[in-house]
Amino acid sequence: MPTAPVTDPQGNVLPPGREGNTVVQWIKENLFSSLFDSLLTVISLLFMFFVLRLALDWVFNLAQWDVIAANINILMKGSYPGEQVWRIWIGLYLLGGIAGINLRAWNRELNRSTVTIAAIPLILALLPFASERARVNLIIIQGTIVAAYLLTSVAKEKRRRQIAAITSIFYIPALIFLLEGFTDENGIMPLVKSDLWGGLLLSVLLAAVGIIFSLPIGIILALGRRSRQPAISALCITYIEVVRGVPLISILFMGNIMLQLFMPQSLPPIDRVIRVMVAITFFTAAYMAEIVRGGLQAIPKGQYDAAYALGFSSLKSMRIIILPQALRIVIPVIVSQFIGLLLDTTLVALVGLYDLLGIGQAILSNPNWLGRSQEVYVFIGLIYWILATSMAFASQRLEKTLGVGRNYDGL
Amino acid sequence: MSKKFRVLCLCVFVLLALTLSVHAQDASTLELVQERGHIICISHSGYPGFGFLDEEGNFAGFDTDFCRATAAAIFGDAAAHEILPASSADRFTFLATGEGDVIYRTTTWTLSRDTDNNAQYAVIYFYDGQGLMVPTSLGVSTIEELDGATICTDPGTTSELNIADAFAARGLEYTPLPIEDDEEAWNTYLEGRCDVRTTDRSYLASYASTAFPNPEEHMVLDITISKEPLAHVVRNGDDQWLDIIQWVTFALINAEEYGITSENVDGFLDSEDPVIRRMLGTEDDFGGKLGLPSDWVYQMIKQVGNYGEMFDRNLGAGSPLNLSRGPNALWTDGGLIYAPPFR
Repeated sequence: MPTAPVTDPQGNVLPPGREGNTVVQWIKENLFSSLFDSLLTVISLLFMFFVLRLALDWVFNLAQWDVIAANINILMKGSYPGEQVWRIWIGLYLLGGIAGINLRAWNRELNRSTVTIAAIPLILALLPFASERARVNLIIIQGTIVAAYLLTSVAKEKRRRQIAAITSIFYIPALIFLLEGFTDENGIMPLVKSDLWGGLLLSVLLAAVGIIFSLPIGIILALGRRSRQPAISALCITYIEVVRGVPLISILFMGNIMLQLFMPQSLPPIDRVIRVMVAITFFTAAYMAEIVRGGLQAIPKGQYDAAYALGFSSLKSMRIIILPQALRIVIPVIVSQFIGLLLDTTLVALVGLYDLLGIGQAILSNPNWLGRSQEVYVFIGLIYWILATSMAFASQRLEKTLGVGRNYDGL
Repeated sequence: MSKKFRVLCLCVFVLLALTLSVHAQDASTLELVQERGHIICISHSGYPGFGFLDEEGNFAGFDTDFCRATAAAIFGDAAAHEILPASSADRFTFLATGEGDVIYRTTTWTLSRDTDNNAQYAVIYFYDGQGLMVPTSLGVSTIEELDGATICTDPGTTSELNIADAFAARGLEYTPLPIEDDEEAWNTYLEGRCDVRTTDRSYLASYASTAFPNPEEHMVLDITISKEPLAHVVRNGDDQWLDIIQWVTFALINAEEYGITSENVDGFLDSEDPVIRRMLGTEDDFGGKLGLPSDWVYQMIKQVGNYGEMFDRNLGAGSPLNLSRGPNALWTDGGLIYAPPFR
């Protein structure tokens, strides 16, 4: 005979209680509930023990991490001249500000994952190989994140997202201007040719430019592909299909090597980093276009009809009714495309740019550090893992805030 | 044909014609370099001893030093250079498109490369030969015993072709395992995924002694399957530039022969020896004949050092590679390094 559900004084049904909710109980229920489960648990634990022991033994006893400590500067910034590094730090202070604004704008309240993302500079400052100078700067960045977060809280909730979007878009050109400089050698900000940018700085910059500029271009291409004008849709379809039919590495080679064959030799060659940025952006835009088109097709025809009935122009209905819903649906796909883009930037090492992986390979050719490939590659892999995982976390937060994955009738 | 379309066609033709005419009136390489204010050397993105990034993010290495010396000769400033890192396959494209002025990148001089690539070989600056490294546990001492072996090679290099020749000539079979990244190729060899690692002998020996956990477990077979004369390369059809690149290296070699180093070069300025006076530009204007300043050799020696100093610093006793001079000793010491005289 089933027992009657437990109710509170108002008569609402309470969730079933959890009896004996102790650690021992949990272990018994989840790890040793049957003979087979127990066997699996023991075998897994033994396996984990041996693997972990080998891994930890390598990390703490066998690996010679001095290769990372000695080269941490070029891993982070490539050949960017040492006396100009303050410009990178200023760029990072600004990035901290942007991060603070965005964290405030896209989250209703503080929670564990927001705090984890916001505390990245502090965590980095605690790493053993960080220099004194890096620690001070990282703590300043932590300060700008908190300050920007608090400042944004002052703004009305509706305005916050506008502020976030506008500052983010202007950040990239401002950063490139800051890094590139404009005065001659004796001025305040001497020109630093982008050939000298490298390491994590270049990797993140390439990914950021690709992410920020490929989305708008992708949206335009997606709308163009669905256009009723045959000329426009044919153009967009051709572009999307041609670019998707070619691997990124050949587009990079095309941009980096072939382009110069068609240019008159008297003209100064186009900056190599700019060439690669353009190639990556236009490559990703083609994929982005198809992702956005997927979102557009998921919007029921009724939404278009409703907007039309309300007297919206097609541009306005697209901007206010259709696109916000379509983009919200495809956030998970867009983010995984962005993570793929970040990892794809390693391909630029093949066209002679020193991204993080390229710097790693260059360090391994330094006679002082021959044969240290395990340490260098593990370190680089760890950085990529942290970047990719933070992006995944950030997107999960965004999805929760925007209510992606909930049913429409639940809204 | 509509009028608009015809106008468009016309525009395209005019643009094309302009582009072609610009190509036709190319300035000489020296003028281009002087106008730009620095020289662009096509070099390694990473090759131990020859071209790599040091801990401060500056390029260093034997090839890089030739680039610095050339900058010192042209501008009197070794820093007036830029390194354009290129893979084995890209280097000739970068030279042909004019993105770089000269290849300083361990390039083997061969007949087909000399004739195919619109490239002109200037001067041999390093003599090497290709060797085969095997683990001693394999118990192999001749190339014939390697029938059926898996061999790690560097794609796009002469060493890849040489190994094919060497095995074909003896009627032997092998499985090539081409790996672009040098460090990766070494790891592959150490993990035993290929039986043989083949590249220049000097590099095999120095890498093993520097980076192998157990160098004594590996040996370089006592056979040299090819000659590897590494040379500097310029574009075809600019004789003045070819002369400059040749005489930069010749001057560095002559300086070693006469004992002029970066330390003592100032003391030679009031030398009575007419050869040294001609080299350092205190008598006759030999620099002017090349289109360079008269103190070009002085600047190179002062800022970068002579051939021997460059070798020691990057490859020899002054570096972890600790390579012996061997065939790269001066001809007066029984090596092959020999330069025409200053006269």
